[in-house]
Amino acid sequence: MENLLITILLTSIPILLAGLGELVTEKSGVLNLGVEGMMLCGAVAALGSVLIFGNPYIGILFGAVAGILISTVFSFFTITLMTNQVATGLGLTIFATALTGLIGEPFVGKTAASLPKLEIIFLSDIPYLGKILFSNDILVYFAIFLIFFIHFGFQNTKIGIIIRAVGDNHDSAHSIGYSVKLVRWMSTSFGGMCAGMGGAYIPLALTPHWSEGMTAGKGWIALALVVFASWMPIRLLIGALIFGGITILQFVAQARGWDVPSQFLNMLPYLATILALALISFKLRHNNYAPACLGKHFLGNK
Amino acid sequence: MYKNFLKIITFLSILVSPFLYTSAYAKTKVGFVYLTTPGDHGWTYAHELGKQMVKKEFGNDVEISIVENVPEGPDATRVIRELAKQGNQIIFTTSFGYMEPTLKVAKEFPNVKFEHMTGYKRTKNVATGNIRFYEGRYVQGVVAGLMTKTNKIGYIGAYPISEVIMGINAFAQGLRSVNKKATISVIWANTWYDPVKEADAAKVHIAEGADILAQHTDSPAMLQIAEKNGALGFGQSTDMGAFAPKAQLFASVNNWGPYYIKKIKQLKDGKWNTGDGPDHWAGNTWGGLSTNMLTLSSFSNMPSDVAKKAQEAHDGIKSGKLKIFAGPLKTNDGKEIIGAGKTLDDGALWGMNYYLEGVTGKVPK
Repeated sequence: MENLLITILLTSIPILLAGLGELVTEKSGVLNLGVEGMMLCGAVAALGSVLIFGNPYIGILFGAVAGILISTVFSFFTITLMTNQVATGLGLTIFATALTGLIGEPFVGKTAASLPKLEIIFLSDIPYLGKILFSNDILVYFAIFLIFFIHFGFQNTKIGIIIRAVGDNHDSAHSIGYSVKLVRWMSTSFGGMCAGMGGAYIPLALTPHWSEGMTAGKGWIALALVVFASWMPIRLLIGALIFGGITILQFVAQARGWDVPSQFLNMLPYLATILALALISFKLRHNNYAPACLGKHFLGNK
Repeated sequence: MYKNFLKIITFLSILVSPFLYTSAYAKTKVGFVYLTTPGDHGWTYAHELGKQMVKKEFGNDVEISIVENVPEGPDATRVIRELAKQGNQIIFTTSFGYMEPTLKVAKEFPNVKFEHMTGYKRTKNVATGNIRFYEGRYVQGVVAGLMTKTNKIGYIGAYPISEVIMGINAFAQGLRSVNKKATISVIWANTWYDPVKEADAAKVHIAEGADILAQHTDSPAMLQIAEKNGALGFGQSTDMGAFAPKAQLFASVNNWGPYYIKKIKQLKDGKWNTGDGPDHWAGNTWGGLSTNMLTLSSFSNMPSDVAKKAQEAHDGIKSGKLKIFAGPLKTNDGKEIIGAGKTLDDGALWGMNYYLEGVTGKVPK
């Protein structure tokens, strides 16, 4: 049971990280559908750098930088050239899928070093909880720290409030002197960094491998999660754990011989995504969780 | 000057072209279609090793074209047709899912020979070749039965098709020949190659208490997870010891080279045929340990008495003394398949849609 819970937690880390990044991006009013592509870039950069330098921590760094770099392509098109965000985001994913396939070709079939587990003294000795929560690798701790960092950042810091202002009403934010484009560039880059790290986590901790398209839809799940969590970081954690749980559950059900078709179980994470999106979009008409300027262009000199 | 130069080039090329033509004509053009890249270090890598043996055997007498990463389905049809158009005389399609695409293109190019690996449908110009993978899995079962401490074996299958199911059942027969208490639980990945999924399935098996893992998927991910968690397992298609030096007990190794060489030689001599033997299901070629189309890598991470038992099982199958599916056989829900003294024939193997004793759960419909 303990091992299963750890597996679920680790499986949900990539979507949690990518989801947190996308949450910040969307809060600033930018809808980046390229999460899947940015995760792939992070994954291939992480694995490649670990193979070259031999240190998994370097992999995190390269994954993050790769995510930022590819997100600036998106920023340049959508924020500076003001192209359609949905089309550009989809294009980014398709582009990145092929690009990472090309870059990753020499890494196929090679094994990279994994992130070591860091046991926190005293806390890791707590029965059950200690093993599940306090003897993980650094990115798990980082992801959990990031949840609270973003939560308090949006509530209590000036930068957080500026980002929210830009996302909710860019004209007002502009009129009181904030640079809407700069804030959006930075938020999109932050999203890219997190997606890159989320992607990096897959080869660094889950399976020490590169294979083409290895994120296998996790980016899309992360996107759905942001809506599912109604742009709240703590709800995002719950959502990520549910999705991670369903992913693992499909295997557990088979191993224990539950009489459910495996194809149905395979479908579950995606079914849950669609359901979440449908439910939320129904609910959206009655609330104002979504940033009001999400997906809208800022024309600047208006 | 420039004009003259062009003239000379044109003249020379006209002069040389008949020789180019004849030298190209003597070459046999051979095409290969791969499911993934040889870098999978499993299924496709085994085919790549076979291709290298072809190259070594024929040298400049063959011209080999390869297309990697071809998804099963409409894309495969396009790729195979393209290879046929380019003048390849014999085309090896190396995955089960290329069956219909191969047949479709074969109809359009009656003069090209097609070799579909692991399929069972043949026509005038489509032959099939396959390996008795299940023979290696019996030996795996013997080793698993002797090595397991928890009596739980975790098995990762690709798709619930007879090819995979007969492997699980052969494993169960080997397992129960030495250990009646151990059971196999099966997780279907619903893919041949997806390292992340294979790793997830392996983690769940270990979390559920399995200490020996076996796979019928293509990547070394399962063994890597076993290595990390102190479990043991078997390599697939090629020796995966480099990925898991402390976890791999041995690997069943697919040896396609001799088959490819035989078929290309037949073609060169004008004797290529689909060899429709009396046994429809077996196809013209279904080779195993006895014909060296399947070999086992060296036994490691096990005590010598276990290795000895494994060697005995290997030798028994190779010589034909040991019958893997000899009666009495019962399904895991108690139905009798055959009584004592009888043995399942090849046709019955291809019709397997049930688990034998020792496997838990049901075959998905």
